[in-house]
Amino acid sequence: MLRRFAVIIAVLIMLWQLVVWLTQAPAFILPPPYDVGLALVRHFDEIMFHAGVTVVEIVLGLLLGCAIGAMSAWAILRFRPVRSWFLPVLVASQALPVFAIAPVLMLWLGFGMGSKIAMATLIIYFPVTAALYDGLRNTDSGWINLARIMGASNHTALKYIRLPAALPSLGSGLRIAAAIAPIGAVVGEWVGSSTGLGYLMLHANARTQVDLMFAALLVLAAFAVFLYFGIDYLVKRTIFWQSETNLETT
Amino acid sequence: MTSVALKLSLSYGNECIFEDFSLELESGKMVCLLGKSGSGKSTLLHFIAGLLPSNVARGSVVADDEIPLGGRIAWMAQQDLLLPWLKIIDNINLGSLLRGNRSKQDRDQARQLLKDVELEGVENRYPHELSGGMRQRVALARTLAEKRPVNLLDEPFSGLDASTRYQLQGLASRLLADRTTLLVTHDPLEALRMADQIFVLDGRPAQVASPVTPPGDPPRQLADSRMGESYTQLMHQLNHPEVNQHVA
Repeated sequence: MLRRFAVIIAVLIMLWQLVVWLTQAPAFILPPPYDVGLALVRHFDEIMFHAGVTVVEIVLGLLLGCAIGAMSAWAILRFRPVRSWFLPVLVASQALPVFAIAPVLMLWLGFGMGSKIAMATLIIYFPVTAALYDGLRNTDSGWINLARIMGASNHTALKYIRLPAALPSLGSGLRIAAAIAPIGAVVGEWVGSSTGLGYLMLHANARTQVDLMFAALLVLAAFAVFLYFGIDYLVKRTIFWQSETNLETT
Repeated sequence: MTSVALKLSLSYGNECIFEDFSLELESGKMVCLLGKSGSGKSTLLHFIAGLLPSNVARGSVVADDEIPLGGRIAWMAQQDLLLPWLKIIDNINLGSLLRGNRSKQDRDQARQLLKDVELEGVENRYPHELSGGMRQRVALARTLAEKRPVNLLDEPFSGLDASTRYQLQGLASRLLADRTTLLVTHDPLEALRMADQIFVLDGRPAQVASPVTPPGDPPRQLADSRMGESYTQLMHQLNHPEVNQHVA
């Protein structure tokens, strides 16, 4: 796994260098890998400071989005009025691009981290809610019948059957959330901020420090990949009964 | 010991599946409903278990002690319905877990039941580590752990290979002896091996013919020469549904 990662990164860097040679692109359009690496080392402290801010925004957004999403999914499943009134609103709200309300969030929550966390929360809220709700709703009818015959309460049926049965579906939702949460945070930073990798990229771009911009982008990509595989690992560990069967079939 | 009298009328849309159908489960005996797929036997089982909405089915399930049957039934299906995230011992204790009253005795009883179904030492394994036959043994143990007066078995062994099925039929028959049990199956040999009384279910609306009572006590050896006559009777009823209508 690690070796494959190293090979992929090496090949990508070579392709990048190849494009630079072939197109003779000037360094302010596409800086060569070496320049970007140099910028990464030279501005390391600065990049890490901004990366820290963005990471906190993403992680808090993920936690909040998952918590609110989980509560919503449960409420939609449990209470019929919530299902018939709130679910259509929720679906319709997805027609509104989160990017479009970013300025509104700035206005309400200020230029600090709050508005970026809100962006990340909003962007992952729907996939998490939808995935968990689908998972909770589609419990195998055989299990539900068995639970009814055995005299389960709503609470114990949720705890022992519905919730664990929804975990694979929730896992897919979390993977999507991990992949898109950085988008929310960075877009929030673009719209207005004084810290974070999104801010650093805009700032560097305005001052034609294209190598710094690429360095910041690389760090962001690295963290996004790390986050995705980290969550993927946790999901697989939690749903051990499925990953086990996957191993057998592959 | 509980005997159960069942009355049922049921229709889906315009199709009448059961009309004034009645059946009696003798206390401590295993009754088998034998029918082709689509004969309504599984629906009947769902009705007894209280799983059908009341707007579809009209009827009554009355136990001889006149206590409602709700909460006094154990269910075993063709799928083992083991929860993959629970250890084997927790799967066997699922009923008490779901009712929120699992005790130490329940655990001890589960270990004893694992012995009874000849599966010692797997209590801390997970279902995906077991073969299909082993999983169905666990499902049997879970059914027995409920200690219910009435047991409903919905084609419990039809997903297994022939020799595993034969073993499990013997095991289930011994362990469920003395309990009022309704077994639903499409396999005449399974019925002959396990049941005290066999009813063939057929027709629209569904009817049963007079029961076939194979000689001897279950679990029976199918090689027993006395089985031949009962088998012939069953096959005749299965293949000549019009016979049933007259008898019923």
